[in-house]
Amino acid sequence: MFGKVIGKRLLFSAFILLAVSLLVFGATLLLPGDAARAILGQQATPERIAALNEQLGLNDPAWLRYLHWLGGLFVGDFGTSSASGGPVSALLGDRIGASFILMAVAAVISVPLGIGLGVYQALHRGGRRDQTMTGISLVLASMPEFVIGIGLVALFATSVFQILPAVTLAPPGEPVWNRPEQLILPTLTLVLVVTPYIVRMMRATMIEVLDSGFVEMARLKGVPEKRVILRHAVPHALGPVAQVVAIQLAWLAGGVVVVEFLFRYPGLGQALIDAVTYRDVQVVQAISMLVAAVYVVVNLAADVVGILTNPKLRSAA
Amino acid sequence: MSTKTQTVRHDDANEPNEKIVLRVSDLRVLTNAGDEILHGVDFALSRGEILGLVGESGSGKTTAGLACMGHFREGLKFGSGSVSIWPRGEATAVEVGDLDEVAVRELRGSRIAYIPQDPALSLNPAMRVGEQIREVLDIHGFGSSEKERTDRVAEVLVDVGLPGDRSYQKRWPHQLSGGQQQRIGIAMAFAMFPDVLILDEPTTGLDVSTQSVVLDTIRQMTVANNVAGLYITHDLAVIKDISDRVAVMLRGNLVEEGPVSAVLEDPQHEYTQMLMAAVPDLAGRKTIGDGAAEEKKPSETDGETHILVSTGEPGGPGESGDSGTDGDARDGAAASAGDSVASAGERDGGAASANAPLLEAKDIALAYGKAQILDGINLVLEPGECTMLLGESGSGKTTLSQCVAGLNDDYSGSVRLRGTELARSTRKRTNEQRVGIQYVFQSPFSSLNPRRSIGQSLTVPLEMSGEGTAASRKAAVEEALDSVRLGRSFYHRRPGDLSGGERQRAAIARALVNAPSVMVCDEITSALDVSVQASIVGLLRTLRAERQLAMLFVTHNIALSRHIADNLAVLNKGKIVDYGPTASVLENPTHEYTRALISDVPKF
Repeated sequence: MFGKVIGKRLLFSAFILLAVSLLVFGATLLLPGDAARAILGQQATPERIAALNEQLGLNDPAWLRYLHWLGGLFVGDFGTSSASGGPVSALLGDRIGASFILMAVAAVISVPLGIGLGVYQALHRGGRRDQTMTGISLVLASMPEFVIGIGLVALFATSVFQILPAVTLAPPGEPVWNRPEQLILPTLTLVLVVTPYIVRMMRATMIEVLDSGFVEMARLKGVPEKRVILRHAVPHALGPVAQVVAIQLAWLAGGVVVVEFLFRYPGLGQALIDAVTYRDVQVVQAISMLVAAVYVVVNLAADVVGILTNPKLRSAA
Repeated sequence: MSTKTQTVRHDDANEPNEKIVLRVSDLRVLTNAGDEILHGVDFALSRGEILGLVGESGSGKTTAGLACMGHFREGLKFGSGSVSIWPRGEATAVEVGDLDEVAVRELRGSRIAYIPQDPALSLNPAMRVGEQIREVLDIHGFGSSEKERTDRVAEVLVDVGLPGDRSYQKRWPHQLSGGQQQRIGIAMAFAMFPDVLILDEPTTGLDVSTQSVVLDTIRQMTVANNVAGLYITHDLAVIKDISDRVAVMLRGNLVEEGPVSAVLEDPQHEYTQMLMAAVPDLAGRKTIGDGAAEEKKPSETDGETHILVSTGEPGGPGESGDSGTDGDARDGAAASAGDSVASAGERDGGAASANAPLLEAKDIALAYGKAQILDGINLVLEPGECTMLLGESGSGKTTLSQCVAGLNDDYSGSVRLRGTELARSTRKRTNEQRVGIQYVFQSPFSSLNPRRSIGQSLTVPLEMSGEGTAASRKAAVEEALDSVRLGRSFYHRRPGDLSGGERQRAAIARALVNAPSVMVCDEITSALDVSVQASIVGLLRTLRAERQLAMLFVTHNIALSRHIADNLAVLNKGKIVDYGPTASVLENPTHEYTRALISDVPKF
């Protein structure tokens, strides 16, 4: 039963990714400009442009190019970067790793932190600590990531303390994790952006669950408070919160663009900005597909959590 | 603020004696703001006996029950008084109020157990039912080995009449019916062989036949385990059925206490007498809600739970004389009621055939996939007639009434109003047809928009039918408010300020503003206390007489039948199994199911 539900969702996810690939490809077709001219510059002769078009397969009809590109995606071939001339996969390889590190660390910190703080607030609802935390999370949630990032830089790297690097120091080619201190500020920025939403949602659902009959019943059964919270209440609050976590994690995939730019961090975001600047269509397509894939995977994971915490869905669906 | 009133005691069983297991004396509970909710309650529970605690919603009966377990809901706190328990095998009493958190926790679930009102909400939906019973045993360290606990789970499941095998224990709560869920709750409570049991309306959400099974289980288990029970309910019939003694609560006070037979047959306190008068009886010997068509004015006083006193002198400005008897009730609403009858007559003449019944449902059937919800239903309703549609949850009674009203358009068959076949959906019915059939919903708490004043809510149907000017609409709304005995002063009030009974009256007024010929009442009294139910039933009787209103009264409460209905249709699994004049159906039920329903009614 459970496998069938998941299988259905997987099939649906694949369908969504296919639809996204069509959109991404369609959108890049509509972009103004000529890739060959962009590569060769204004002085290029018509012959050389024609030759490059031929070489890049740009003379084929759009559907053939789409199929060709789509087929490549399945075998990990994202095409050839028109800016660097090398394969896109080689260009993005390191970058994916660097961005992944950033996102994974941010997620690993913010999800448990958000859930923990939300539970804490729900248990102390109405108290002074709860009100203070609600205020802080509201302020953080209303600030855009670059403001938080700049604030952190001012606080820890430039104006107040000079204890952390303001930008990424690693020279190109060196893995970012060789100097962990340069990861701190970008990660912290992402954590501060993502966590408040999780906290607020967790607090709200947790309060609802704490008021429910089965939590009261558990208390009246004599269940110790710790077990009431962990065994009876929290699992129910996780289902709805998983959806918010998913949205936040998916946002991370796009949100890194701004944060990476801010910290000159050599990740996917930087690559995307460069690619747009140089009209590197293949790279833009590849990154768009990657971000879309992250969205789909994360939402799928949220659905799985939702199903796991609700036996009704598990056996009925 | 001590407003403790003297309790009428029928005997001295509350005096200290060796049978008492739990004793509550002068218990006061406060809100966090300091208002007193319980004004010094005294009662005692004896081994092997059940004390019924009756009272209307808001009277503080659940608060008192939970206080016995040292539990106070959000916003409430212990005031003063004492709760003492004499646990089995211990010579001295335990004072619940003096225990620390850990000690109270050890008491709960093991010495004093709780059976909640709504099993669907009180079982953890994400835990297997066997595990939930097992949890109690694990926490309180039942027995000496894993094996002993596992065996106990199976044993207690069998005790409450459920299969105790592994596969049943592995079920999730949502895979059980309401009655089975409640029996899981009972098993959970009895797992540790408690001394005291607090039962908080454990059968309120259940059907009559399920209720009688669950009551049987509770009775057997209490006797077999020699437990002292506190049975909280608003249903006097259940009290009579299950408890040995009864205590009546009114606004945080215990007003009367004694053996069931003494209290119910010879009530001393005015409130108990009023309650007894309001309980519908299957035999229909008394007239419930008589003279109570008007709700006693609560507005000028404190707006708390108001009681109906049937001798209440009608005096409010908007009230229309004593409506207890048909004859002189007419003056207030007479003119308009006469109008609506006359216009109904005119419409009748203009319609398809002169002698067609007012409302006729023919061969109504509806299926969702393989599930046949309704199967060949035929019903006829004449002006001024009331047909009761009786059925348990899942019998299709609400679906049927929605089909009649056009709220559900998936059915096959036909609904005719004065001989004219109606379109399936209200959207496709003509204005006049829509106005002709009006619907009143079960819960007055959710059927009125809390943001709108009563007047605004009641004006909507008039705006929809597009009749009249703003002034005439206001007049029509005020007239409707008068006819449900709320009075014009309610025009500007909001649902939040109203009691359940007042809201349901407003909802009825909303159905009346367009002067319908048929009113569909979908379980309109089941969310209400018994005295409020009586007053609503009284009101409906008056309205039928005043307006020649035909009614389809949908309910699961067979005891109401003689009090409201001319005809009785018994619905079982989508089929009408018995149909005819109320008296003849009740006296000579032809179908097995009807007989079972009648025998399951707690007798009075």
